[in-house]
Amino acid sequence: MPVFDLAKTPLREFNAALHSVGNGDNDTAFEVLNPRGSHALAVGIDQPLSVDVRGSVGYYCAGMNDGGAVTVHGSAGPGVAENMMTGTVTIEGDASQYAGATGRGGLLVIKGNAASRCGISMKGIDIVVHGNIGHMSAFMAQSGHLVVLGDAGEALGDSLYEAKLFVRGEVKSLGADCVEKEMRPEHIEVLAGLLEKAGADAKPEEFKRYGSARTLYNFNIDNADAY
Amino acid sequence: MSYHNPHTPPRKSATFDDYTLAEIRRAAATGIYDIRGAGAKRKVPHFDDLLFLGASISRYPLEGYRERCDTSVTLGTRFAKKPIELKIPITIAGMSFGALSGPAKEALGRGATIAGTSTTTGDGGMTNEERGHSEKLVYQYLPSRYGMNPTDLRRADAIEVVVGQGAKPGGGGMLLGQKISDRVAEMRTLPKGIDQRSACRHPDWTGPDDLEIKILELREITNWEKPIYIKVGGARPYYDTALAVKAGADCVVLDGMQGGTAATQDVFIENVGMPTLACVRPAVQALQDLGMHREVQLIVSGGIRSGADVAKALALGADAVAIGTAALVALGDNDPHLEAEYQKLGTTAGAYDDWHEGRDPAGITTQDPVLAARVDPVAAGRRLANYLKVMTLEAQTIARACGHNRLANLEPEDLCALTMEAAAMAKVPLAGTDWYPGKAGF
Ligand SMILES: Cc1cc2nc3c(=O)[nH]c(=O)nc-3n(C[C@H](O)[C@H](O)[C@H](O)COP(=O)(O)O)c2cc1C
Repeated sequence: MPVFDLAKTPLREFNAALHSVGNGDNDTAFEVLNPRGSHALAVGIDQPLSVDVRGSVGYYCAGMNDGGAVTVHGSAGPGVAENMMTGTVTIEGDASQYAGATGRGGLLVIKGNAASRCGISMKGIDIVVHGNIGHMSAFMAQSGHLVVLGDAGEALGDSLYEAKLFVRGEVKSLGADCVEKEMRPEHIEVLAGLLEKAGADAKPEEFKRYGSARTLYNFNIDNADAY
Repeated sequence: MSYHNPHTPPRKSATFDDYTLAEIRRAAATGIYDIRGAGAKRKVPHFDDLLFLGASISRYPLEGYRERCDTSVTLGTRFAKKPIELKIPITIAGMSFGALSGPAKEALGRGATIAGTSTTTGDGGMTNEERGHSEKLVYQYLPSRYGMNPTDLRRADAIEVVVGQGAKPGGGGMLLGQKISDRVAEMRTLPKGIDQRSACRHPDWTGPDDLEIKILELREITNWEKPIYIKVGGARPYYDTALAVKAGADCVVLDGMQGGTAATQDVFIENVGMPTLACVRPAVQALQDLGMHREVQLIVSGGIRSGADVAKALALGADAVAIGTAALVALGDNDPHLEAEYQKLGTTAGAYDDWHEGRDPAGITTQDPVLAARVDPVAAGRRLANYLKVMTLEAQTIARACGHNRLANLEPEDLCALTMEAAAMAKVPLAGTDWYPGKAGF
């Protein structure tokens, strides 16, 4: 297993090593020591690799991940797993703002809490947060699932498109055009699957579902106050 | 004898002119602000207000057609391992697939490639047609991140982080439901037929310190190969340029208020942002103050129409220009031969700007397959290439007359201004004087 100690190795060398792994290579399990809050760590992975980061990371860890399984044994700064395509990113601690922003696929699991704007503009990613999430989460979220075992801050799902939001705890307030929706059997099923994949100890029936009222989909002057 | 009372003719208000009155009535009837395409239509100080001095006893000209006048430019020399080399300093600005039809995007790629320059994607992602037909393609990284993915990022030749646009500094984008075809909807991960709002701020960074880290991420993903541009709308060009340099840009794209748009509120287009002419010198000053002029390249856009405009932008310190509207006109937009169809839409050739409605008779700003099929990408691309060549020849003609063997050697000393405003904005002397407003010592 290749081990990179970022106290001794430059970030560039580590990311370049990840990018040089080819299809069918054997050494695909990487370990990172002393990440010391580095930004842009393990970004642009394009192979089914695994990366274990022993410590906390800065901005954009696992950005644009396409196939990697990245685990941060610590907390993550802003924009973790931004624009993820496929793969899994797990944060054992907390995550800062914009976790999973614009993600298109894959699974982001945050074992602690996530700050504001979690899942902003998400486009197909699944995000499971074991703790709470901050304000303006799932703003303009287009597609995918955001699951929160704890509480959600103000203006959840503002200007939401087709993403589905599941919250077990309290929602401080809903954003424009976001409404509570009926939990149908198909939602329970999807949620059960996500909870299982994320190793979350919760029952789907304890959650409420939120989605778009779709009243802002085509401009109407009588909705001007909502924009 | 009857006294004939003399009377004055009816007088219309300059403040409440016919256009203003019509707009008030339109707003009252519809309850919606006016959305349209294209750039500012009001008259603002522009490159027309500058003239070249040409050669004289103190400077001799180069022989037209005989002595070489180099037009090439290299963009991205600061950090990128693979800078972009262009044969001409005129690039095609970012215009989205979605706003433009597939054949129009292909034509832009073909024309730019023949002319030896780059073209740019837009809000909505990269299409295979456009990648395939563009030898050099700049991939825009926008707030909406529609269509953004690492594969396209890696197959781009440069990355342009869009912070703002001259037509709407501080504004987001919109693509109205009429233009959301199946393909456009799929590329943007949204349902068909709904209005698409593109955010005005990036979802995962705010401010220059974050931007610096965002650029680090993009460079790490792409192995530090690609030049990274930052595009800003003409609002605070000195500070925006300085902050773009600080954030690690290889190039700054500066788009003045005349810059075109696919769809924006008219009130925004006409009332927000600074004229292109007023933006160039402050941006160049910022680069000079940081010792980065020519090291970080400056690309200027917004109302560039001719080789004279190109030469003037370069003389003020830009390294290259970008064109949007003019390129669409070269493809066939607003062409008088379609007058009958423009009339049916309640407009006239040259004024058609309802690009957001998707009914463009020229097939350019539409997703209607029947209309889009009117664009022959090969012929339209050829017209664009011709136009780019003419602009280049024009700029060379001027540069030679000013005694320069490279377009890049044009300088402010080659210029004078026709108006006080232009003199102040471009910091070149008012014609016949050695003075411009604000110049120290006067
Ligand atoms: C139809 C159209 C679509 C545009 N789409 C985008 C876009 O997606 N992203 C962007 O940064 N600018 C966009 N622009 C602005 C151009 O990139 C450019 O800044 C502007 O057109 C330059 O001014 P000019 O039209 O006067 O040449 C668009 C412009 C037009 C005309």
